[in-house]
Amino acid sequence: MQWETVIGLEVHAQLATKSKIFSGASIAYGAEPNTQACIVDLGFPGVLPVLNEEAVNMALKFGLAVNAEIGERSIFARKNYFYPDLPKGYQISQFELPIVGKGALTIDLDDGVQKVIGITRAHLEEDAGKSLHEDFHGMTGIDLNRAGTPLLEIVSEPDMRSIKEAVAYARKIHQLVVYLGICDGNMQEGSFRVDANLSIRPMGQEPMGTRTELKNINSFRFLERALNYELERQIDLVESGGQVVQETRLYDADRDETRSMRSKEEANDYRYFPDPDLLPVEINPARLDAARQDMPELPDQKRARFESDFNLSADDAGKLTQSRPQADYFEATVEAGADSKMAANWVMVELGGALNKAGLELNNSPVSPQQLGGLLKRIADNTISGKIAKQVFEAIWKGEGDADSVIEARGLKQITDSGAIEAIIAEVIANNPKQVDQFRAGKEKLLGFFVGQVMKATQGKASPGEVNKILLGKLKG
Amino acid sequence: MHTKTIAELGAGLRAGEFSSVELTHHFLQRIERLEENLNSLVTVTPESALMAAEAADQQMKSGHADPLMGIPILQKDIFCTRGVKTSCGSRMLDNFISPYDATVTERLMQAGAVSLGKANMDEFAMGSSNETSYYGPVKNPWDTARVPGGSSGGSAAAVAARLAVAATGTDTGGSIRQPAALCGITGLKPTYGRVSRFGMIAFASSLDQAGPMTHSAEDAALMLQAMAGFDPKDSTSADEPVPDYSASLGDSLQGLRIGLPKEYFGEGLDPAVSASVESAIEVYRQLGAEVMEISLPNTGLAVPTYYVVAPAECSSNLSRFDGVRFGYRCENPHDLEDLYKRSRGEGFGPEVKRRIMIGTYALSAGYYDAYYLKAQKTRHLISDDFRKAFEKVDVIMGPTTPTTAFGLGEKMDDPVTMYLNDIYTIATNLAGLPGISLPVAPVNGLPVGLQIIGNYFAEAKLLNVAHRFQRESEWHRQMPVGFE
Amino acid sequence: MSLDHSDVEKIAHLARMALDESQIDAYAKDLSNILGLVEALEVADTDHVEPMAHPLHMAQRLRQDQVTETDHREENQSIAPSVETGLYLVPQVIE
Repeated sequence: MQWETVIGLEVHAQLATKSKIFSGASIAYGAEPNTQACIVDLGFPGVLPVLNEEAVNMALKFGLAVNAEIGERSIFARKNYFYPDLPKGYQISQFELPIVGKGALTIDLDDGVQKVIGITRAHLEEDAGKSLHEDFHGMTGIDLNRAGTPLLEIVSEPDMRSIKEAVAYARKIHQLVVYLGICDGNMQEGSFRVDANLSIRPMGQEPMGTRTELKNINSFRFLERALNYELERQIDLVESGGQVVQETRLYDADRDETRSMRSKEEANDYRYFPDPDLLPVEINPARLDAARQDMPELPDQKRARFESDFNLSADDAGKLTQSRPQADYFEATVEAGADSKMAANWVMVELGGALNKAGLELNNSPVSPQQLGGLLKRIADNTISGKIAKQVFEAIWKGEGDADSVIEARGLKQITDSGAIEAIIAEVIANNPKQVDQFRAGKEKLLGFFVGQVMKATQGKASPGEVNKILLGKLKG
Repeated sequence: MHTKTIAELGAGLRAGEFSSVELTHHFLQRIERLEENLNSLVTVTPESALMAAEAADQQMKSGHADPLMGIPILQKDIFCTRGVKTSCGSRMLDNFISPYDATVTERLMQAGAVSLGKANMDEFAMGSSNETSYYGPVKNPWDTARVPGGSSGGSAAAVAARLAVAATGTDTGGSIRQPAALCGITGLKPTYGRVSRFGMIAFASSLDQAGPMTHSAEDAALMLQAMAGFDPKDSTSADEPVPDYSASLGDSLQGLRIGLPKEYFGEGLDPAVSASVESAIEVYRQLGAEVMEISLPNTGLAVPTYYVVAPAECSSNLSRFDGVRFGYRCENPHDLEDLYKRSRGEGFGPEVKRRIMIGTYALSAGYYDAYYLKAQKTRHLISDDFRKAFEKVDVIMGPTTPTTAFGLGEKMDDPVTMYLNDIYTIATNLAGLPGISLPVAPVNGLPVGLQIIGNYFAEAKLLNVAHRFQRESEWHRQMPVGFE
Repeated sequence: MSLDHSDVEKIAHLARMALDESQIDAYAKDLSNILGLVEALEVADTDHVEPMAHPLHMAQRLRQDQVTETDHREENQSIAPSVETGLYLVPQVIE
């Protein structure tokens, strides 16, 4: 039997505000347990939530970025359940009238094919705390620092038909929220979390199969693996006469498997109702306009602009705009005077490679875009050759100053004076009469030998173009 | 000194006739002598009271003349008070020393009021007789075999017995006005959002409102002045200017249009209470008011609507009491579920449990539309009744309660009969309107309350209307026997 | 609507409240009576009525994104039933 995979994703993006969604406590990661949990986050008797304006603005930016319907009113609701990391016994979330309604996102697949994935909704809610399961004499420790961190839950339609599509969608959402500056995208720290719903149905069948929900996925690699495991599990199950049970399954990265979370299987009745502590949020045109004004250029727009303004190939433009820091770095390099194609190449290949090797992120690069731009300018104006440039780049990386001072200090300036080059060439010709004869007899391959000799004599500083031109004249003459 | 009002004592303090320390001592002595007959207090804080009194005396010496400066008051034990037990009348919070002050607490302290302690109340403000408190029932000073009303019963009894000059209360379905009526004092429930709810332990968030419980409307104006106003910590508090409540107290009532809802004078109303209320309305006629009958046709829906909305909200609000971060925790829980179930089962009393269960049921899958959503719609109908009425009249008047204070234990076996006590007060909470209860002619020696309901943010009007009556009558100056 | 013994058990479980077995029937009777009172709502015609969640027709006021809170862990945990190294302790949570 041919099976069709049906996948929908729920992404939880922690919003990059300074303070929590309903209190003035900091959301900084990594503080001592419970030092960033104020009485509001702890759900003390008598406290009240007051909504963080920035969380609303950030959600609106996301809504605008996916062309979503945005209503004039948005409502907060309580989702009631008991769990020790949920201090109030309810989570403030949204049920009816979420802040972001129906939207869509276009994903790019490997073969240049694009596909539109529907976004059902995106709503604001508060994050829960953390349970620490190390043994405290048979007890669990609760840290509520994370409780109240603003989350945007982005729910997709079950529009994805392959694991590849699911991963591409997740990556695209990740790229988008980081671009928008509304999420730091750090998956290890849990700033960006993905839950996946997967079901299978016989190819061509309309009704959906029973789905399972996969949780605890904290990287794109694990997303792919978890979906692969689950897809196979479901196919095996159904083909051997079994039935998929609707349940939540936890992905265990160590064992690379998903397993049923029986503790959460008890039928939940969340008793959603409008939170009486929070009046309806009014999304007036002024607020929406302000969010629109504050929108950065989005990845797809940026890619199109890079193609047209910088004459880049679609592939290069796509790769450069993959992350906003890289795109920004590239633009700053061009602004510093570099040729755009050269800059694209250097940012992706030389700089990218060096950062990778050193295990550094772009924002920690020892070479600034101004320094790189300065270097590339010297290639373009023939001060140095591309080969020498790599040497200069390494020196800049090590902190020896910018391109011009490295070139100066190390005496790397290209010899463009044709008189000087001619003299060296004459010497080389005089010292290698045998090769000159062979060349003149038709062995033109030997040109490379003469160029090499000249370069050796000038320590690579002679302009290769000039050398070629003069050499050919002399040898043929 | 204890027979005087805030206004009178304030004048005495500022004139140097006595100090706040002397005044505070006087009330602390009365508490020591009389409180055991009433059980109106959960906590008395003599040391911090005397310190606050001393500070107030110092401030007055340097010219501070805030009307509440140096005045001894009580806080209902629902308001968080830093460093002081805040029990909410429950075993659940018997060990809860609040790490912070409610906004109301903070504002009253800033105004220089001296807190003598915390007043007893129905557990989590759920009750109409003050018999659901973990600390035992409060007794009515007019007849200690009777209830003081609830849930602010401790505040009402203590003020009526002159254990303090004034007290704070909270009103979710009548919890200020009903005990004020049964104890013969003045109690004002402001418009929803007029007073901050921050630090006031929530019962039903869309209904709860704090207000003053005093001897006179004049005193209520002084208390409300300090309590009211926008609070950035409560996003449901109203960002409306606070008028000078004392300035309009003496305004003429000539031409005031008073509506009497025929539904508030029907079956179930004790004829003697009705007669007393009607005689008070006669006073208003004398003062030049125009009295007309009106109809609030959906009055019959108020109690049933309330008993869906309030329990639904409370079932969620009280989920935070789980034995994890504060409050009561059962002995040796063997697993997480046991921790939750026994902590909550042992920490809450039966009335709280009943309401949590009703609310849980009303919100649960399959019942939400029939109960909660339906009640939200009937709430709208009730609110519309008032909107239409206020197109024709300035204030609405009627009895606060259908009867005078009933006997202790009389209605404890039957929750529904108990709930019907709030039949005249509940609708104003559902609509969010302000209401005041003031003492009128007693029946058989027991106080009777006249309720006046106003339009949104018309507290100044209510206080003016109540004050003008109190200028013509002495009922608010009567003292219960044994507490003179 | 009338609730029986097992209804009350289910509701009490949802609300995580232990009830004395001997009192469950009394609760069932009380809760049924309260629901009986509430049944009066059924007759109200609410076909074209908007639900009302808040008494005031106000929009929500928002706060600026500023960190205003400082660490009060010690004070906040001084009244906690069980803490260790800054963590609240509960019986083992199994996932």
